Amino acid sequence: MNTITYLRHLRIQLALHQLRSGSGRNLLILHGLGDSAARLAPPSADVWPGPVFALDFTGHGASSVPRGGGYTCEILLADADIALHHLGEATLLGHGLGGYIALMLAGARPDRVLGTVIADGPGITGGSSGPTSARITPLIENPDRRTPDPIALMELTSDIRPPDYANAFARLALQNSMIEDPITVCVRWQIPWLDAVISEPGVLNGIGLDDALKRYA
Amino acid sequence: MPNRDDTITFEGARRPDRQYIVSTSGIDIAVYEWGAPNADPLLLAHGGSDFAGTFDVFAPLLAAGGWRVIAWDQRGHGDSGRSDLYGWSADLRDLKAVFDHVGHDPVVAVGHSKGGELLCDFTEAHPARIKKFVNLDGLPSRRPAPDIQDHERTQLRREDITTWLDYRRGLHDYNRRPGTLQEIVERRKKMNPRLSDEWLTYIATIGARKDPEGWRWKVDPAIRFGGFGPSRPYWGLYRMAGFSMPFLGVLGMVPEQMGWGTKPEEVMPWLPRHGRLEVLEETGHFVHIERPHRVAELVLEFLAQ
Repeated sequence: MNTITYLRHLRIQLALHQLRSGSGRNLLILHGLGDSAARLAPPSADVWPGPVFALDFTGHGASSVPRGGGYTCEILLADADIALHHLGEATLLGHGLGGYIALMLAGARPDRVLGTVIADGPGITGGSSGPTSARITPLIENPDRRTPDPIALMELTSDIRPPDYANAFARLALQNSMIEDPITVCVRWQIPWLDAVISEPGVLNGIGLDDALKRYA
Repeated sequence: MPNRDDTITFEGARRPDRQYIVSTSGIDIAVYEWGAPNADPLLLAHGGSDFAGTFDVFAPLLAAGGWRVIAWDQRGHGDSGRSDLYGWSADLRDLKAVFDHVGHDPVVAVGHSKGGELLCDFTEAHPARIKKFVNLDGLPSRRPAPDIQDHERTQLRREDITTWLDYRRGLHDYNRRPGTLQEIVERRKKMNPRLSDEWLTYIATIGARKDPEGWRWKVDPAIRFGGFGPSRPYWGLYRMAGFSMPFLGVLGMVPEQMGWGTKPEEVMPWLPRHGRLEVLEETGHFVHIERPHRVAELVLEFLAQ
């Protein structure tokens, strides 16, 4: 099954896919940069017994494409927050960029996020860990409004992810979550922002993806 | 100006001599010019939640000093088009589109607040295109808060985040509150407590529009003051330290809601080699709106050097 519900985020229509039904907790999958929910259909979360949902971020998959860019990770966080509120509560599985967004959402809404798994995927590193030389990202036309929006690919590969910024979201999740061990990192790449998350006591690391999901199911 | 009440005037204020649109990435950017079309260009960038019409006294003074003054409304502000998303990189792209429209020869750049910070980024990215740079109270400094424990600081951030997210979720049915002209003047007064009602009323007739329900500020409700993100405002100071062109910084010393509260001793260590700082006591954050004659005098004197 793949049924789509459209949610509004200001002038953007967000596509929230239900990939599978089931009983128990909701799983909300957040895709990597340039990817889409439809491509994450099972078996990506085969072990999950409950309903499985996946969101297309702004400018991706079946969600609409904004005029003139302006993408930030914080905008995608607001996308994911709208999907989370629609579901009520959910466990998060984020791939790549979606893993970073899942971490932010875990910190922002610790009462609604019932465990977060950060997994490998496109856009996991981000653009840099601190300030870079100033640059103006060029305008890329996308008259047919195709997804993934090429401006999203450009803007979201140059985003800044300071380790202390990522760490603050991890701390918020750890301090305020309703569940034990609310963050699990299943990423094999060593990356400064993720290292700062893993360094926080209570963050689980080095667990396989299936095992991580089973712990939250 | 659509809906503008032309009977409301203010001493020294003059609407632009020319107005046109620069389209970039599907957004129409409203551009305004004062002064002789063949004079040397001076680009003027406004701050967050503001609009080019607030230059209506300042810009004519610069034009009278022999400059072709070019300002624009940032996306979602004033008469420029509203966008689906707002972000720093998009604002920078729009800024570059206006600069490219004017030409590729070096120009003078003047920016207030966020406009000054945007120009810090543009100047570092394209130093050869800036002849001289004036930053008007757009120099946020690093402000450590040693009295706040780490745990509390994290909690403070959570409140910022959830407030912003709640705002985004409820935004699709949100519109700016209509009011009488006097009521919307009162709202702006929170940002500009030191300006006269007469001046604020003039500003409101440009920055707001009248519909059957009353006056509403034009700035897109999707643009919200505050928020959070990974960038640090004080990175602009670090960039400024390396500027090779003549630089003038102006600080207004009276603390205000929209200001940064930067102190001169926080800026001085970062001043570029050919840089100078002017400190205006008894002046708030909107230095060019509050004291247009004094600030224009400073800028013209700097440009004449």
